[in-house]
Amino acid sequence: MLIKRSTAIKPSEITSEANFLNRRSFLHTASLAGSGLLLGSGCTQADTPADPPFEGRLMGENTTGLELNSLSDIMSYNNFYEFGLSKGDPAKYAGAFKPRPWTVEIAGEAEVTGTFDYGDIVGPHPIQERIYRFRCVEAWSMVIPWNGIPLRDLLRRFKPTSRARYVAFETVYRPSEMPGQRSRVLDFPYLEALTIEEAMHPLTLLVTGLYGIDLPNQNGAPLRLIVPWKYGFKSIKSIVRISFTATMPPTTWSLAGPSEYGFYANVNPEVDHPRWSQARERVIGSGLFSKKQPTLMFNGYAEQVAGLYQGLDLTRNF
Amino acid sequence: MLSLHTIHRVWIPVGFIICLLPMVWIVLQIFAVGGLGLGPNPIEEIQDWLGIWGLRLIMMTLTVTPFRWLIRQHWPVRFRRMLGRFAFTYCLAHFLTYVVLDQSFDWSAIIEDITERPYLTIGFAALVLMVPLAITSSHSWRRKLGRRWQILHRLIYVAGIAGCWHFYWQVKKDVTEPLIYIAILTVLLGARVVHQLYARTPTASKERG
Repeated sequence: MLIKRSTAIKPSEITSEANFLNRRSFLHTASLAGSGLLLGSGCTQADTPADPPFEGRLMGENTTGLELNSLSDIMSYNNFYEFGLSKGDPAKYAGAFKPRPWTVEIAGEAEVTGTFDYGDIVGPHPIQERIYRFRCVEAWSMVIPWNGIPLRDLLRRFKPTSRARYVAFETVYRPSEMPGQRSRVLDFPYLEALTIEEAMHPLTLLVTGLYGIDLPNQNGAPLRLIVPWKYGFKSIKSIVRISFTATMPPTTWSLAGPSEYGFYANVNPEVDHPRWSQARERVIGSGLFSKKQPTLMFNGYAEQVAGLYQGLDLTRNF
Repeated sequence: MLSLHTIHRVWIPVGFIICLLPMVWIVLQIFAVGGLGLGPNPIEEIQDWLGIWGLRLIMMTLTVTPFRWLIRQHWPVRFRRMLGRFAFTYCLAHFLTYVVLDQSFDWSAIIEDITERPYLTIGFAALVLMVPLAITSSHSWRRKLGRRWQILHRLIYVAGIAGCWHFYWQVKKDVTEPLIYIAILTVLLGARVVHQLYARTPTASKERG
């Protein structure tokens, strides 16, 4: 039985319909923006971090009232252990990664399965811009204008069966291009998963770009997930496999530290990490003397997603 | 053999300047001198830098005595006071960065953090243990306390262990770096145990006084 829940997105969270672009014209715009600013899709800022800061270009208007992080913040500070452990490593070492050609395998409890080219995956869908808060489990946060497609629009094309209760994702495994994968700090390839309800939630985005440019290598090119109400590590990068499963799939961080990282990983200021508080967060880019800001329940998306977790003990299911 | 004069006139001032370099470096970065910068999360950078140098200086302070045994000369001990005082200075600056920049003087949050987060409790304990050592680091205090001074200053062993522990507990996943520090600390403290057990020659016990 399905309980009716509020899944509406606040109009302010997404770009208006008029600003939706299809993939082709989006790419055209992006390449125009790119050529003018030496940021074509084949060139990432990783090779030349000292370039003049490109502050990015929104596809639509920012009506969220949130202050955006600069493109250089987003591209130079993030976790992507496949490229190294420090938050500067992805920008430093992602230059050799080849995001094309790219295929995604669709498997498991669905009527349509197989291996699909990047174009087949993304092509049929209009690219939207979504300005979301991003909250890392390490208690820092950003606001990022993502470009992508609602994951559910893609998943529906594969006609998941009634047995599909979870959706599992896998990151590409390419130790030759991803130096961090040569270490054993995590059990690579990186695995993540959502419940089918979470995957089908309209806020859940399959991301192809940000700030109007193709997704930079260090941010998870060419395809990554964004689940804005969960800690960042749930938003798996460089996805090569999506499978529908009947049982709860294993996830990398919950295998690495089951007492510290759970399956749900919903942003929750009331449930602390065993070693640090989750009540407040450091806003990246806010300067040397700014205060930490209070973390919001479900990262500020409680109105839209709290219904997914009715009756679930969030302290135990962290 | 270094003369006492050159040590005090040349080598201790040189050492002082070297110990000051990490502080100068981070200040230059804060003010973005010559294209330097701290990146998108400057507070974290400052805090980590000062903390790691505090720990390194504790380790250097602890290296003096085994090094002296190794080279069978007395002069390294002349550097120990300066190294110890710098270790305390960096650890204190690390703590002040936490209080001022990271927590913006939010005392209730700071108290809650230190009492509820074991890695902060142990780090704070390390700093507190070093306070009496910094206060009694002068010649006059050493004379005043006599034999008790030496016993008191063994607290640096505890501070070293607590400091490494603090480092170990605060990393998210990869413990390689803290394990390297723990290994070095084990060697430095182990050397003292070995020395106590086997190498206790008349010269060594004379030096202790």
